[in-house]
Amino acid sequence: MDINKLTELLSAEVKNLGENKKVETGYCGDFLSFAMSRAPSQSAWFTVMSNVNVAAVSLLADVSVIVLCENVIPDDALLNRCVSEGLSVICTKYSAYEAAGMLFVAMKNEEKYCLPER
Amino acid sequence: MSDECIRLEFKVDSENFASAGSASEAVKTQLKLLGINSHDVRRVAIAMYEGEINMVIHAKGGTAVVEIYQNRVDITLADRGPGIADIDLAMKEGYSTAPDNIRELGFGAGMGLPNMKKNTDEMRIVSNPGVGTTIYMKVNLT
Ligand SMILES: Nc1ncnc2c1ncn2[C@@H]1O[C@H](COP(=O)(O)OP(=O)(O)OP(=O)(O)O)[C@@H](O)[C@H]1O
Ligand SMILES: [Mg+2]
Repeated sequence: MDINKLTELLSAEVKNLGENKKVETGYCGDFLSFAMSRAPSQSAWFTVMSNVNVAAVSLLADVSVIVLCENVIPDDALLNRCVSEGLSVICTKYSAYEAAGMLFVAMKNEEKYCLPER
Repeated sequence: MSDECIRLEFKVDSENFASAGSASEAVKTQLKLLGINSHDVRRVAIAMYEGEINMVIHAKGGTAVVEIYQNRVDITLADRGPGIADIDLAMKEGYSTAPDNIRELGFGAGMGLPNMKKNTDEMRIVSNPGVGTTIYMKVNLT
């Protein structure tokens, strides 16, 4: 999976595209310090949080793409930060559950995904 | 020599939320340039970001000193904020005094200090209410 394919899968709107990075997995959540430590690198981060701190967390955690769910759009500061840092951010009408579910199914079909042990 | 290090110093500003995290980003960039493995870089980045953002949110800013040695990274975060009265309580997952306007931004899960602990090999908090807080962290490089 990569950002372009995910964008198509989620009928998403690209707000900023850096590199078309690989997407190996996903993470859902809005609390920044959960995402910071739990979002795997090369993941798609599904969230409705749209302020500039989302960019800092994504950069530091090596998130591949920020997926803003439920028609949320990035605020100006977040978008500017994404543009200046080359961070990808896309917007979808789907909820975090739906969008992550779609990614999960697509990756499962590619036989690229199994749940990590907990 | 083995005790040679690269020393980076940052003033962490509390006014501009948009730049919060910039010290951590600079450190991450530097570590990547030095060819440190991504797992270690990630640990330093997580620990430092949580500490940096805590100084912004809870202590009106402070200073960060990062020393990169051959086999470890030392991070010292110092502020003159309100201090932490009960450190054991503050270290508990889920404990947070973040006000509503800060929670609306996605902070306040009470996971920052536990994240710092988890991602470092040593961590020490020295805090005096009314005087400030200093946090020392060490991450061994593998
Ligand atoms: N530098 C500091 N100065 C004063 N108090 C602090 C400082 N750092 C942390 N604290 C106190 O410790 C509590 C717990 O910190 P922690 O980082 O774990 O959670 P948080 O910052 O409230 O939320 P999160 O980090 O999940 O966004 C804070 O709510 C605050 O009361
Ligand atoms: Mg915190």
